[in-house]
Amino acid sequence: MAQPVQLLVGTRKGAWIFRSDAERRDWQVDGPHFLGAIIHHLVPDPREPGVLLMSASTGHLGPTIYRSEDNGRTWKEASRPPAFPKAEDAETARSVSHTFWLEPGHAAEPGVWWAGTSPPALFESRDGGMSWESVAGFNENPMYKAWVPPEAGTPDGPLLNQIRVDPRDPAHMYIATSTAGVFESADRARSWRPLNQNVEANFLPDPYPEFGQDAHYINFAPANPDRIWQQNHCGIYRLDRPGERWERIGKAMPQEIGDIGFTILGHPTCTATAWVFPMDGTEVWPRVSPGGRPAVYRTRDAGASWERQDQGFPREQGWFTVKRQAFCNDAGAPCGLYLGTTGGELWASGDEGESWRQIAAHLPEIYSVVAAPLP
Amino acid sequence: MIAVLIPSQLISYTDGATRVQAEGATVEAALDDLDRRYPGLKFRVIDEQDRVRRHMRLFVGCDETRDLRRPLAPGDELMIFGALSGG
Repeated sequence: MAQPVQLLVGTRKGAWIFRSDAERRDWQVDGPHFLGAIIHHLVPDPREPGVLLMSASTGHLGPTIYRSEDNGRTWKEASRPPAFPKAEDAETARSVSHTFWLEPGHAAEPGVWWAGTSPPALFESRDGGMSWESVAGFNENPMYKAWVPPEAGTPDGPLLNQIRVDPRDPAHMYIATSTAGVFESADRARSWRPLNQNVEANFLPDPYPEFGQDAHYINFAPANPDRIWQQNHCGIYRLDRPGERWERIGKAMPQEIGDIGFTILGHPTCTATAWVFPMDGTEVWPRVSPGGRPAVYRTRDAGASWERQDQGFPREQGWFTVKRQAFCNDAGAPCGLYLGTTGGELWASGDEGESWRQIAAHLPEIYSVVAAPLP
Repeated sequence: MIAVLIPSQLISYTDGATRVQAEGATVEAALDDLDRRYPGLKFRVIDEQDRVRRHMRLFVGCDETRDLRRPLAPGDELMIFGALSGG
């Protein structure tokens, strides 16, 4: 059954929290928090109800992390935010531009958090996000310069954009990057290997390289972590472990829509169901809803077919862009879906995407939306 | 003691104060002293490789510096500014 939900919204100009009633119909707004700060990601700790971690920076100031233990009422700044070790050659040395992704550690490791940054790097906290250490297994890997070529990037810089920890094994992890695709670790981030077989990189001379892909988003099927969904720069994919070869399930999308987008969501209980929010990836890559008609697409057969869900969205002249952290779902039954646009609109569906309604407008450019149970 | 001018972007660290005092014989030492008094302030201005962040500017008197080793003398004024950084 449905339960009250809170939406943690990070924007280019601050953070907002929207809290629902039990039916997820009425929403109370709380914010802005840190008005003017760039909030990249605002994430609850499922192991400690009421604990939130937030990645922030501003146009001027360096990046930092804030922690709240009272669900956003008060915040404490990290004593040591993610930062690279001091290098000998300061001219070429890396510095963290911002923390893009915050991932709570495994349920058996309370206090552990992982962070993915721009430039692409992995950091770990063992004290609830107050101090962070560079993870040498990726950041100092002998292959790092090949995995993160200097000319690669996104408009917001090259990213290590997702970290996923196998719920069955804290040592088994996946990461996704914008510069080299997906990687897997079986030894708790000490070593990494590319996992990109059959994933296209049509912007490279070899379109199916070992690494070099732009993995926009990876997600477990929550009910089966051996199934991984990927929305890539070059299409929608599914990988069933222990298999190594991704299948391009986006080929079944309508041709006029294509299979480009930023995010893919797995249904909380049904392993064959997933949602994407397609965007125009033709010619100069407008990255808006194809034809100005926003819609999500759902598969209920693991990607063999897709159905359009657009009830409630604008029928025309709706040029939504939804960034990779700004499309999410809750774990309710039926599950709720939520998306935030770069135009500052927040949309919700309480019926698994069948119908949509706008629950907020006029916010700043939305970077991230995370749905969580009210603590 | 060095007088330090704090820009609006950083007054959340100084309890709203726009002028504070610091000790130190170099810009870096003064910033380290500031960070002891106002934890977290330095990293917002200086990155982990000891570079002044791109949209921050430091002046000693009227002289701009990006060299943290620049000497300071008692009575100097260290000014921290947020440069223009877009809308």
